[in-house]
Amino acid sequence: MIGLVNAIGQTTLRAFTALGHATYFAIDLARYTPSAIRRFGLVVGQIHAIGYRSLTIILASGFAVGCVLALQMYYALVPFGAAESLGLVVNLSLVRELGPVVTALLFAGRAGTALTAEIGLMKAGEQLSAMELMAVDPRSRVLAPRFLAGIVSMPILAILYSAIGIVGAWLIAVQLIGVDPANFWSIMQSRVDVMRDVGNGIVKSAVFGVICTGVALYQGYETQATPEGVAYATTRTVVFSSLAVLAMDFILTAMMFSTS
Amino acid sequence: MAKKSTETLVGVFVLLGILALAFLALKAANLASFSGAKTYTVRARFDNIGGLKKNAPVRSAGVSVGQVTSITLDKNTYQGLVIMKINEGVQFPVDSSAKILTAGLLGDQYVGIEPGSDDKNLANNDLIKQTQSAVVLENLIGQLIFNKAADAGSAAPTPAPGPSLAPAPAASAAASGSKK
Repeated sequence: MIGLVNAIGQTTLRAFTALGHATYFAIDLARYTPSAIRRFGLVVGQIHAIGYRSLTIILASGFAVGCVLALQMYYALVPFGAAESLGLVVNLSLVRELGPVVTALLFAGRAGTALTAEIGLMKAGEQLSAMELMAVDPRSRVLAPRFLAGIVSMPILAILYSAIGIVGAWLIAVQLIGVDPANFWSIMQSRVDVMRDVGNGIVKSAVFGVICTGVALYQGYETQATPEGVAYATTRTVVFSSLAVLAMDFILTAMMFSTS
Repeated sequence: MAKKSTETLVGVFVLLGILALAFLALKAANLASFSGAKTYTVRARFDNIGGLKKNAPVRSAGVSVGQVTSITLDKNTYQGLVIMKINEGVQFPVDSSAKILTAGLLGDQYVGIEPGSDDKNLANNDLIKQTQSAVVLENLIGQLIFNKAADAGSAAPTPAPGPSLAPAPAASAAASGSKK
């Protein structure tokens, strides 16, 4: 009995300690990120590592999802004689939901893990401590440029994902199946709003960029400085950022599209 | 050199993003309709606009020539006042007629313009006088039921008003009248 109470107390304390750590970490990140603009070269290097290097998987995945979505939606819409609405359905699902969310999930797997492992190994190799000894704050030298790069890269990747997905859908629907191309584009243009749909999608992906990069950096920075610790932190990066993105997506969708 | 190529690649990355955004905004969303091609405005009054929405396409012979910019209720005539803009390259005679049509069985509604034969063309802010309302399913069904009833009535000894098809326009007029 005492053991159970003890366990509950321990878990609660640990949870709150972690929450406090994470909050302080978030405040630190927010405070040091503006200073990263002065180290612009570092940010560019990180955008290359985080954003540009993720292009292949994002483009391949977006194209595949666009093609499959077009094919499935075609089978679903044809019985209703609404095959021309295919472009609209694919566009809205990509721009509003799939683009930001799937990009964030892929980003967590492709770039988030790399960030965690890199910073975790820096910590394990005591490079972070060495920086502190040289009076260089690792938070502004290591964390802030990566954070900024993540926030910049994510919306660009999400836009590319949606765009290549629509191109894929166009290829399948218009070129392969033979849906009328004029209707394919015009129904899209008449029903998709730049601010409401495209704009909110970009806002979403920027929020996801903050979440994914923040979680990855936190897990790397707070990792236990052992090989197992880094491995564990990398796993948690993927799990936590995926869950956070999915939960946040629901909240954002409810807030953004409730009236339309 | 390595530094330079990194910067170039990031530049390519950002440019790709901007291009994709332009593609999404112009080709796959409604930004293009805000600017660009010159247009002129034409008005039309409909008894019933059905499910017509703002930004619906305006077509002639199936070709998209413009867009609906606003739909309001005319306070004097209690008709739907539809204002649309038509590309300046496309001119219609003044006696053209406008219909509200549906693309496919359950598709979007759009305005179809059938050109007339007058020598003069519609100018900016002109009114299209001949219009045909959207087909409202309830009115169609009401008309059908009325016809059935009239058929049954003409079979019975009670005096039926004329041939069975004749009450149809009266029925639709009554239906639309009762709606107002």
